[in-house]
Amino acid sequence: MTDLSMTETEPSRAAAAPLLALDDLAVHYAVTGRMGTGRRMLKAVDGIDLDVKPGECLGLVGESGCGKSTLALAIMGLVPPTRGHIRIAGQDIGAKDRPDRKLMARTVQMVFQDPYASLNPRQTVRRTLADPLRLHGVTDRAEIEGRVADMLARVGLRPEHADRYPHEFSGGQRQRIGIARALILKPRLVICDEPVSALDVSIRAQIINLLLELKDELGLSYIMISHDLGVVEHMSDRVAVMYLGRIVERGGWREIFENPRHPYTRALIAAIPDPFRQHAATARDKAKGEIASALNPPSGCHFHPRCPMKQDRCTVDVPTLDPVTAGHGDIGHWAACHYADRVGAA
Amino acid sequence: MTAPALLEVENLRIDLVGEETRHAAVEGVSFRIGKGETFGLVGESGCGKSITALSIMGLLRHPLAIGGGAIRLEGKEIQSLPPGQIRRLRGRKIAMIFQEPMTALNPLSPVGRQIAEMFVLHQGASWSEANAKAVEALRQVRVPSPERRVKDFPHQLSGGMRQRVMIAIALACGPDLLVADEPTTALDVTVQAEIVDLMRELCAANGTAILMISHDLGLVANICRRVAVMYAGRVVEEQAADEVFRHPRHPYTRGLVASLPLLGSRAAHGRRKLAEIAGTVPAIAAYPKGCRFNPRCGLATEICRVEDPAATPLPGDGLVRCHHHD
Ligand SMILES: Nc1ncnc2c1ncn2[C@@H]1O[C@H](COP(=O)(O)OP(=O)(O)OP(=O)(O)O)[C@@H](O)[C@H]1O
Ligand SMILES: Nc1ncnc2c1ncn2[C@@H]1O[C@H](COP(=O)(O)OP(=O)(O)O)[C@@H](O)[C@H]1O
Ligand code: SF4
Ligand code: SF4
Ligand SMILES: [Mg+2]
Ligand SMILES: [Mg+2]
Repeated sequence: MTDLSMTETEPSRAAAAPLLALDDLAVHYAVTGRMGTGRRMLKAVDGIDLDVKPGECLGLVGESGCGKSTLALAIMGLVPPTRGHIRIAGQDIGAKDRPDRKLMARTVQMVFQDPYASLNPRQTVRRTLADPLRLHGVTDRAEIEGRVADMLARVGLRPEHADRYPHEFSGGQRQRIGIARALILKPRLVICDEPVSALDVSIRAQIINLLLELKDELGLSYIMISHDLGVVEHMSDRVAVMYLGRIVERGGWREIFENPRHPYTRALIAAIPDPFRQHAATARDKAKGEIASALNPPSGCHFHPRCPMKQDRCTVDVPTLDPVTAGHGDIGHWAACHYADRVGAA
Repeated sequence: MTAPALLEVENLRIDLVGEETRHAAVEGVSFRIGKGETFGLVGESGCGKSITALSIMGLLRHPLAIGGGAIRLEGKEIQSLPPGQIRRLRGRKIAMIFQEPMTALNPLSPVGRQIAEMFVLHQGASWSEANAKAVEALRQVRVPSPERRVKDFPHQLSGGMRQRVMIAIALACGPDLLVADEPTTALDVTVQAEIVDLMRELCAANGTAILMISHDLGLVANICRRVAVMYAGRVVEEQAADEVFRHPRHPYTRGLVASLPLLGSRAAHGRRKLAEIAGTVPAIAAYPKGCRFNPRCGLATEICRVEDPAATPLPGDGLVRCHHHD
């Protein structure tokens, strides 16, 4: 980390209309019991309000099974919402008269965790990149060639890589191909679901830097899903914290990391092994036990069995996501905890 | 240091044996762990951490085999003990927990019985004694309602609970050394924090030394007193844990530390471009000549491409394996 410093560009959020707006979004899966009896509803995503502005990176964090990938799949139009609305660039994609799928594909794309599993092993890189173009009506061979070559260069691959197959690449290079495939249609929003967790540690910085450069160059918006809070802090403008299908806190990256107001967010941050941490985590910062099953979420505040600050009413009353600070305009800082005002108080 | 270390690994070589080939997957690895000490082994996927652990446990299987060096427990060589004797050491003197407890637990046996078995096998306890001890062992690893949980099968437990059971089994007979190979990698961070606290507490209380293996430098530095960093089958650096972070000596370690987006760094310094390490991790059969890090190293010179750097002792107590270390 020497002279490579980049300028921090704060997107002007207040002005822009959201590129993505989720309104009370819910995705429930019907699951059958072990013996094939009794259908129950698993509330993977359960009433989420969220938006992403043009040029913004929204970090999405939360433990395994809390619904991050389900949220991503719903935005991609790959699982139907049970309730609520998803508006992308002003269009309601949950609506009965489904909007143009192709238009949506040109607006939102996804980068997956495992670059190997998400690439077709029998397709050359060229085909992987050219197919979506053809599907979207680009027929001119020279244009296809040009766009494929340009995209390869942008993600740091060489022209001759176009004729190779996925197995001929390293993990980091495969993720570059995954990114190229996501960007070839010039989307405006890219959902990155754990894009570096499957990569060698010494390769991760390459991919994180690349994603940030492409965001600036192409004016992209990101939803950055990661369990690595260091990555999320580094990349995000705003952060949303999920717990069992709900958003429990959201706000600007600085507020979330420096002044978390939900006990779960505090526990997440305190749990990160950091040799430079000034203060050891105290009992007030720790979550007990494990995330409950989404099939059988705890009553009231879903976090209450693990919460170091739990009071009686937490087992009964569902906390709503409310502003914890005034005057932050439309970024805001919101938390869903009955005692958000006491969280962080010494 | 005159008293023999608890564990001493000296110049260990592990071969990957093919039809007509023999590649050293791990070479020249040496480290020592004192009684009750916490020692970390870090490195990227494939650098040889797990097979080093397996060789200590006497669990290496074809196509892998020890190709040289010595592993000593309290001064006695154990790398060529007959299987029966090494089996007796396992559990009693050294125990291991794995990344995915499901692979180490018997899916068809209740977890209480699997813990009890340790007492029957290694301490000659009767089954009724052992069953009672198993309940206690589960309580110690803070499994709620242990009397009920002993009857559960592994698949009925969450990942974190299974790892607690593994810890209970591993620590049942009070071993001198616990080898923990990525014990929390499959778990969420809040659960990881709990499991790590638990391991640390129980081992400290019983004077059990820990060999903690992980790809997470931060995690290892937090838990361990000393840390060895592996790259491509070699220990490239060994130092006190906080020194590895504050004053990494090997170009690889330095690159790794600089590449991590550490929490709080953006708030303190603004967003800086992360330092990148060029290139990729080599495969065993393609380990480069000379220093194995040379194709990715910004400091590499001619000598690095021909001559394997020797381990140089550092002032204090440590070593670095680099021709141009600082
Ligand atoms: N197709 C499906 N049918 C039924 N349940 C599902 C399905 N997909 C996901 N779930 C459940 O929905 C919940 C949310 O899953 P999801 O994959 O969205 O979590 P996640 O936050 O992405 O977790 P991870 O961090 O492990 O990737 C989980 O309880 C999961 O088991
Ligand atoms: N059973 C095996 N057969 C062949 N190669 C193996 C086997 N186990 C490990 N290896 C190889 O040995 C090297 C070191 O592996 P391992 O110790 O598992 O790495 P780490 O634990 O550091 O990720 C890797 O290149 C791996 O592919
Ligand atoms: S509402 Fe209660 S249980 Fe939930 S996070 Fe706040 S204090 Fe904890
Ligand atoms: S020996 Fe040479 S190539 Fe290897 S780490 Fe040192 S400077 Fe780099
Ligand atoms: Mg997921
Ligand atoms: Mg391993």
